[in-house]
Amino acid sequence: MRLTVREALRSFRRAPVLSLLAVTTIGFALFVLGLFGLVALNLRATLSGLAERVEIVLYVTRGTPVEIVTIAIGDIQAFPEVDEVEYVTEDQALERARQELTEFQGVYSDLETNPLPASLEIRLKPGFRDNEHVTAVAERLQGFRFAEDVRYGGDWVEKLDRLRSIAAAVGLVIGAAFGAAAVIIIGTTIRMTVLARGREIQLMRLVGATDGFIRRPFLLEGAIKGALGGALALVLNYVAYAAVSRALFEAAFFSAGQAAAFLLFGTLLGLAASAASVNRHLPAT
Amino acid sequence: MIRFSKVFKAFTKDSLALKDISFRIARGEFVFFTGHSGAGKSTVLRLIYADEPPTSGTVWVLGSHMHEVSRREIAGLRRRMGIVFQDFRLLEERTAEENVAFALEVTGARHNAISPKVMRVLTQVGLAAKAHAYPRELSGGEQQRVAIARALVNDPVVIIADEPTGNLDERATRGVVQLLRDINAMGTAVIMATHDLSIVRPTSYRTVELQDGAIVFDSGEGQVPMTSGA
Repeated sequence: MRLTVREALRSFRRAPVLSLLAVTTIGFALFVLGLFGLVALNLRATLSGLAERVEIVLYVTRGTPVEIVTIAIGDIQAFPEVDEVEYVTEDQALERARQELTEFQGVYSDLETNPLPASLEIRLKPGFRDNEHVTAVAERLQGFRFAEDVRYGGDWVEKLDRLRSIAAAVGLVIGAAFGAAAVIIIGTTIRMTVLARGREIQLMRLVGATDGFIRRPFLLEGAIKGALGGALALVLNYVAYAAVSRALFEAAFFSAGQAAAFLLFGTLLGLAASAASVNRHLPAT
Repeated sequence: MIRFSKVFKAFTKDSLALKDISFRIARGEFVFFTGHSGAGKSTVLRLIYADEPPTSGTVWVLGSHMHEVSRREIAGLRRRMGIVFQDFRLLEERTAEENVAFALEVTGARHNAISPKVMRVLTQVGLAAKAHAYPRELSGGEQQRVAIARALVNDPVVIIADEPTGNLDERATRGVVQLLRDINAMGTAVIMATHDLSIVRPTSYRTVELQDGAIVFDSGEGQVPMTSGA
């Protein structure tokens, strides 16, 4: 183990420029990957913010006794998808219209009778704010006899759904592409090290070292390079995040757990890439 | 200890590097393989330390049939051999001591056992005082002594030396040959390939002469060579 660590570190000492170049290149590949992760993270936060606004409005037929509506609210609240139900009376609806639609303030204040119906505003629990669930709940609400109309912005919810699946698919494809680029870069740097140390590897073989023994320092070297590249990428990502947050809008950054997972990903990537490279090039040396 | 039986070796389709080679080498023996360059001396040695498999025929080394050994078994076999080359093959950025220790380290030797063993063999080859010198600070003869120390450090059954004096002046050559004789006197077999008959002639060791990949002369165990082919 001692020798494995020493040999792996020796490679950094012996070719500092090459090692630095490798770590930097891996760092940049992972940086782009991380940048994409940040975009995905912020997009998800924005989408879930939008999804929070998904709401179903049930307009109550004029003249429906309040007791019936109250009982119905209890029933609706018992739906597994429903988070909360708000009862907006006719007067509250008018008050809201006066406040929100300032340009029509004059029209609303001159009214002799209130034209606005009472309504129930139903918000769904997270995880149910997609087209399928919203439509299902809306259909169930239409079954209430006092329901004059049920609105839920079907088009809008559908678009939100589509946006979500596109974001997930693009994230997967681009993430895989940059992940593959990072693997190739790490593999190439390890290959250069294997070839540069061909003489030493040959000598190790001649004095009776097993392939596993020869391989270990390279694997450790790949893992270290991957971890250092991951750390560099995290720093670069933080700089990018800070710049965007200061200049454009308040963005979100990785949580401590996500950052640790990112580092671990870099390390495993380095390990896997060097394993593939060593397995391919070791028999030839 | 080593047996070749009807061994052929071809690196290309058209030419044979070894033709119908058969011989036996016993434990503790000192054998010279002689011949001009390209005669097949190095190929015989490479077959012994499993750097190349025979094309046909059988090669037995230390109880293993070289056609059937796995890479892992080859590693195990090489730990029982010490190999010395004409170009020394020392690692330039390591000291003499580190070069010798390297052979022990890669075989997984216990850390605290390494240093005393290294100093013992460096003393044996007369280089204890230069343990901390880098190869570039040593003469050719001294570098070859370090290489021999590295070959010795695993207590091998046999030392395989491929033209170990090829890069050395006369004085250094004499020193290295004497060192190999001393090692042999302590019971380790030595197989040495050389084209330099001035090394072979004054000794009574067994000589096997190769020409164009075939054995043209074998003095037999402990015989003084009668013909040299020079």
